[in-house]
Amino acid sequence: MSLLDVNGLGVRYADKDVVSGLSFGVGSGESVGLVGESGSGKTQTALAIMGLLPGKAAISGSIDFAGTEIVGAPERQLNTLRAERIGMVFQDPMQALNPYVPIGKQLRRVLLRHGISDGREVDQRVMHMLDRVGLPDPARQFRAYAHQLSGGMRQRVMIASALLAQPDLLIADEPTTALDVTVQAQILELLERIREETALLLITHDLGIIAGHCERLVVIEAGRLVEEGPTRKLFSEPRASHTRKLIDAAPRLDGDSPPAPESAELVLEADNVSVSYAERNERLQLHAVMDLDLQLQAGETVAVVGESGSGKSSFVRAVLGLVPMRAGRVTFCGQEVAGPLQARSIETRRDLQLVFQDPAGSLNPQLRIERIIAEPLTVHAPELDAKARSERVADALQRVGLDEDLLGRFPHQLSGGQAQRVAIARALIVNPRVLVCDEAVAALDGSVRQQVLNLLHREQQATGLAIVFISHDLAVVRSISHRVMVLYLGRLVELADGAGIFRHPRHPYTRALLDAVPVPDPLAPGGRLSISGEVPSIIDPPSGCAFHPRCRYAEQRCRVELPLVRPVGEARVACHRAEELEL
Amino acid sequence: MSAVARIWARMRTSKTVVASGGILFAIALVSIIGPWISPNEYLTTNFDNILRAPTASAGHVFGTDDLGRDLFVRTMMGVQVTFVVAIVASVVSLLIGVLYGATAGFIGGRVDAVMMRLVDTLYATPFIFFVILLLVVFERNLLLMFVAIGAINWLDMARIVRGQTLSLREREFVQAAQLIGVSTPRIIFRHIAPNLVGIVIVYVTLTIPQAILIESFLSFLGLGVQEPQTSLGKLVNDGTKQMEGASWMLLIPGVLLAAILLCFNFVGDGMRDLFDSRRSQ
Repeated sequence: MSLLDVNGLGVRYADKDVVSGLSFGVGSGESVGLVGESGSGKTQTALAIMGLLPGKAAISGSIDFAGTEIVGAPERQLNTLRAERIGMVFQDPMQALNPYVPIGKQLRRVLLRHGISDGREVDQRVMHMLDRVGLPDPARQFRAYAHQLSGGMRQRVMIASALLAQPDLLIADEPTTALDVTVQAQILELLERIREETALLLITHDLGIIAGHCERLVVIEAGRLVEEGPTRKLFSEPRASHTRKLIDAAPRLDGDSPPAPESAELVLEADNVSVSYAERNERLQLHAVMDLDLQLQAGETVAVVGESGSGKSSFVRAVLGLVPMRAGRVTFCGQEVAGPLQARSIETRRDLQLVFQDPAGSLNPQLRIERIIAEPLTVHAPELDAKARSERVADALQRVGLDEDLLGRFPHQLSGGQAQRVAIARALIVNPRVLVCDEAVAALDGSVRQQVLNLLHREQQATGLAIVFISHDLAVVRSISHRVMVLYLGRLVELADGAGIFRHPRHPYTRALLDAVPVPDPLAPGGRLSISGEVPSIIDPPSGCAFHPRCRYAEQRCRVELPLVRPVGEARVACHRAEELEL
Repeated sequence: MSAVARIWARMRTSKTVVASGGILFAIALVSIIGPWISPNEYLTTNFDNILRAPTASAGHVFGTDDLGRDLFVRTMMGVQVTFVVAIVASVVSLLIGVLYGATAGFIGGRVDAVMMRLVDTLYATPFIFFVILLLVVFERNLLLMFVAIGAINWLDMARIVRGQTLSLREREFVQAAQLIGVSTPRIIFRHIAPNLVGIVIVYVTLTIPQAILIESFLSFLGLGVQEPQTSLGKLVNDGTKQMEGASWMLLIPGVLLAAILLCFNFVGDGMRDLFDSRRSQ
């Protein structure tokens, strides 16, 4: 008999069905992946299982958990069930932790509130659990507050909190979506490790994540079951086209990088760019970016890759003039341009455009799509009359593959993918020479992500647009990047052409980033993870090579001497041991 | 739907807001039409008809005061003053407060620091002292009182708008506009201001009762509206003197004032619930 049995589950808001007729089961000790794109009803299903749906949701069908019916159960019974038998890990651990209570105290409450444990052994158990989920120095973290931990550490705390009550089932709802790939790999490994004691329902939109970690998959679309079966079977012979589509959409590392562009016209050049932020008291200077260079040719895509805290956003924002440079020079088409944005000529501002990570945040919620897309024209082509302007808007809309009936809508009425296309249309309408994409596809579903990447590639082919693409995930940039810059703590660690870096990385950090990418293939050998821990704080950077505390190849020299960027083969690498290492 | 239409649509979803707004509208309407229809004048004294209790038959529905003046017309006049104060307060806090706050918040840095210290200074000035000083230096008149009320009313608004602007400025759509090359005034008007509408409306409705109370308070102390003109605060003051024999002189304007204040507060609270709860649109 299975532990969890969902039978004909339906969730309805007002007149909209978000889940309908969904049935699946989770056996005890089994790990099941619930996969679907955003809006497919995954989270609603999870909340229904937890009995956490809001009152205005109409629930039908049945959810049987170890003999207890959850649908319609009284709150008291649900509380006991949630406290003792089902644990849940949410997408955003910051939202789920109380910012005013030290995490040790929060975890103690889990044990005390439900009388699971009492007395002195409580602290011991909490600390033991923190240790088990891989939190370094649990005795110290016991007294830490949520904001003092990194995203990955917070997620570990959440997992610890869910596991304390020794649940029979752990529900993890997109537990790694908000995290860097390297941290994601570590969290997935942790989930794998705790599998011995609990059944797992892993909810995600990314099949790559699930491939190596779940025995069985449940694929849903628009609230309905599409396909269900053992992971291997689903990957090797998917019956439904939607499953096929999801598999294809998962970013992969194999495959070709685009050939280098023919032209050699240098459009954008940055030399020795450094960015520092002054802390409040002005005495402490945080060096976010140190001595970075960039050469960008027309028709070329350069990817800037690194974990959060690597300085990639600060670097490109300094080049664009959005944050002040401490030192460095930016040259656009042979002309040196001023540092701050306000001091730049209107033509330069037109030619350098940016697309942000969060499409919803970069569109003014009070304006209609038409006005949002047309706004650059009011600045850069004020001579256009209303008719010419709407023609340009229609043209831009068509370039990004959107329908004209979106023009009258407001941003909140669009899906994430549509909103990001609008943002791209706004950037492209003035025909810039350079487009900077700051994690522009990170918030999008797999298939939508691929469409947006294709759209950028097409635009580049047609107009010779040069693109700077920022990402924390090497797999995402693989298909579009001519060259890749890998950054660590504000410094360049490796610069190589796309084909080279994926086939033959020369810096241990690049290798680690590649290893961290989840492989959408259940048969792929797992456990190649070659990096632990997280990016250290720039307040107190490590001596010598900043990467040495996390590097398995580090030797004495790496701890004291800063490696300089030097040519190694086709690439430029900052590693003392670049020549001798076989990565 | 434009921003205004959306706000209107949302306002209508709250019963409290609709009911309170309806009562306010009715009171305002009566205060304008009432004196017109009434046969009595607010100035005319009639010493044969002193302190007459409210009766419908004699034409004095609210009775008369100690000088024999018709209290209905006088009370309606007081209500008019109250609404004028409400309008002046909201216009002043809207114009000065929003512009001042948005400018300080958007420009930031030293400009922001200087501008906000000025606000702090005004806050720290003892208000009654300030008003008495004004009244001593200048002639007592209605305009002066409006200046006094306006002077303190925009301070709250400026602070709130500045705070909101500071957070809006960091939003990516503002950065996107800057990158495009949109000028600063245009960013403030087109990108910042429309996103302030919700919070501004809430605080305007909350400052109105405050302003009304200040006016009543000043008039009650004899520092506000001067005879023969009147306001609700002044009527309440007159009423307290005749409390024993002619309780209606205190009760009628008092109850009306309380009702108006309550309604404005209900509208303000209702609006805050509607706009401030971080509910998505």
